[in-house]
Amino acid sequence: MSVATRRPLSVRLIATGFLAIWLIMAAFPFLWTLWGSFKVEGDFFSKADWLNSLRGTLTLTETGGQFTGDGYYGAWIQEEFWRAALNTLIVCICVVTISLTCGTLAGYALSRSPYRYAFWLLLFALIFRAMPPVTLVSGYLLPFFEWNLWGHLSTTIIVLVAINQPFTLWMLHSFFKNIPQDLDESAMVDGCTRFQAFRHVIIPVMWPGVITTGLFSFLLAYNDFVVTAMLLTKENQTMVPKIASFLGTTQTKGNVMFAVAAVVSVTAPLFLMIVFFQRQIVSGLTAGAVKG
Amino acid sequence: MKHKTFFWFVFPSVLLMIAFIALPIVSVITQSLYSEHEQVVVVVENCGPFGCTESTSVDQEATAALREAEPLGRWAGFGIYTDRNHLAIDEVAGAWVNSDGMPDFWRTLMNLPFYSAMAFTLTYTAIVTPMTIILGFVVAIVVNSVARSLRGPTIFLSLLPMIVTPLVGALILFWMVDARGILGTALQWLANDPNLSVKASTPLMWIMLMVYGTWSSIPFAFVVYYAGLQTVNTDTLEAAMIDGASRWERIRYVVIPHLMPLTTFIALIQLMDNFRVFEPIISFQAQAHARSLSIAIFQDLGGETRLLSSAAATSVLTIIFVAILLSPVLVRTWRDFGKQR
Repeated sequence: MSVATRRPLSVRLIATGFLAIWLIMAAFPFLWTLWGSFKVEGDFFSKADWLNSLRGTLTLTETGGQFTGDGYYGAWIQEEFWRAALNTLIVCICVVTISLTCGTLAGYALSRSPYRYAFWLLLFALIFRAMPPVTLVSGYLLPFFEWNLWGHLSTTIIVLVAINQPFTLWMLHSFFKNIPQDLDESAMVDGCTRFQAFRHVIIPVMWPGVITTGLFSFLLAYNDFVVTAMLLTKENQTMVPKIASFLGTTQTKGNVMFAVAAVVSVTAPLFLMIVFFQRQIVSGLTAGAVKG
Repeated sequence: MKHKTFFWFVFPSVLLMIAFIALPIVSVITQSLYSEHEQVVVVVENCGPFGCTESTSVDQEATAALREAEPLGRWAGFGIYTDRNHLAIDEVAGAWVNSDGMPDFWRTLMNLPFYSAMAFTLTYTAIVTPMTIILGFVVAIVVNSVARSLRGPTIFLSLLPMIVTPLVGALILFWMVDARGILGTALQWLANDPNLSVKASTPLMWIMLMVYGTWSSIPFAFVVYYAGLQTVNTDTLEAAMIDGASRWERIRYVVIPHLMPLTTFIALIQLMDNFRVFEPIISFQAQAHARSLSIAIFQDLGGETRLLSSAAATSVLTIIFVAILLSPVLVRTWRDFGKQR
């Protein structure tokens, strides 16, 4: 950096201070909850002295150790959170696979079609993207009851894929726009059909965009609450509605800690995801924007 | 690309969207025009030694059979839209005539479920969206000025509030501001009031919800702006500096105009997301203090008796509002497309 653009000390101090505050705001709640999840309720919510949650006074008297895994045991084994985790796993894998399969085909076609209806399709996708999912859910319930579709994982998966489609289309559309048209057109000049060109020329080079889009599809399925809470039976519940049900029914002593343990368990995979895919997430967030 | 090839490529995706987005909208509109069947009432005459008495009772079987036969309910037209739980035409008209002064009218209006939900949703959207944009911009400027080696970890930590499940993120904050949690205790100490409780106070609850909303969407604005800052033309910046522009003037006249298109994009996405505010209210258990339109629908659907028609009517009204909110963007996109051709 040249001398002319170097910042004066005061500006640098303010900037560093602001950044420190923001980083604490962003990360501290998660650290605090992670720490607290290994304590008993009396320490996690301490009426007497907030330092108790650091020292673990009550945890020591109640369990005999500084840390306790009771919350995790209660949530995962006693309240059968593992079942919800399994359901979430199934839902996420299916949603990501199906929505990427449909999305890549449609996104590719949209990026290569010069006609007006392609634009209309994208415009409708944008309108659909703006619909709050809960408004759609109220449209699903009656038909699903009538046709006995309600409560199954497969129904929820298809619904999540559909709700996800508009976003997937926009994202993959802009990724495919960046792949030069000459590539598949030259393949077609050599005698490939459109699908063969897609299969042999586009598929090998599309993975960065598809992985990024897949991450966001995963997030949507993983984070969803409205659809999974309304469309699944109790046995088929995924993790997020399960946590919400901890809040409603189990207000007896100690059970809040089940919810805390469950919350930490839900956050952990997302944390790992950011560790490994930070670059892709950032590029995905900016992809739509930089295109304008 | 040929029309036929195009059709087959987009077919699965379009089929899904029609079946699970377009048709449900039709279904919601239909449902909102019907209301639940009333219970079938039978009059039974009991004749005893002291004459005959008439008693009415609910014919459970007939009611069930009727509901089975016509699950949509009976035709109600726009009756549900105008009832007390939705647009409340009669109540509003009555309040308009009877109330003395605007504040009184406003108070009556806020007691009607639909208008109070509308008020919260709009206030939330109107405050959280600009806050996100401003703070996200500031964070981006600041991160852009720290040493290069710090940027990776900074971005990593900054992404957390956005990526984490909304319900979970809101719960984490909620537990911290609980009267027995660390932030709650800190607030009591700051306000010097040992009985202060965010849960019990409507204004504090609104503020907390908006703080959560801003906290969880700053990362999005930050990342987009940060990417935009990498493409600011350094020649222009240097030229401005030679012309004597101060640090602030350089940001004001070079950087901000450069980032303007990004601001439109962020504002659009944030408007759509903030308008559907839902999970934080569940997490904060704030339904008594703040109801959004999404919460109103969810509560209708989730109760003991599923009020499908009422939920459908609120849904239709919400969809109309989303359309109004989105119309400037749609018109603009349409014009841009016209220019390209």
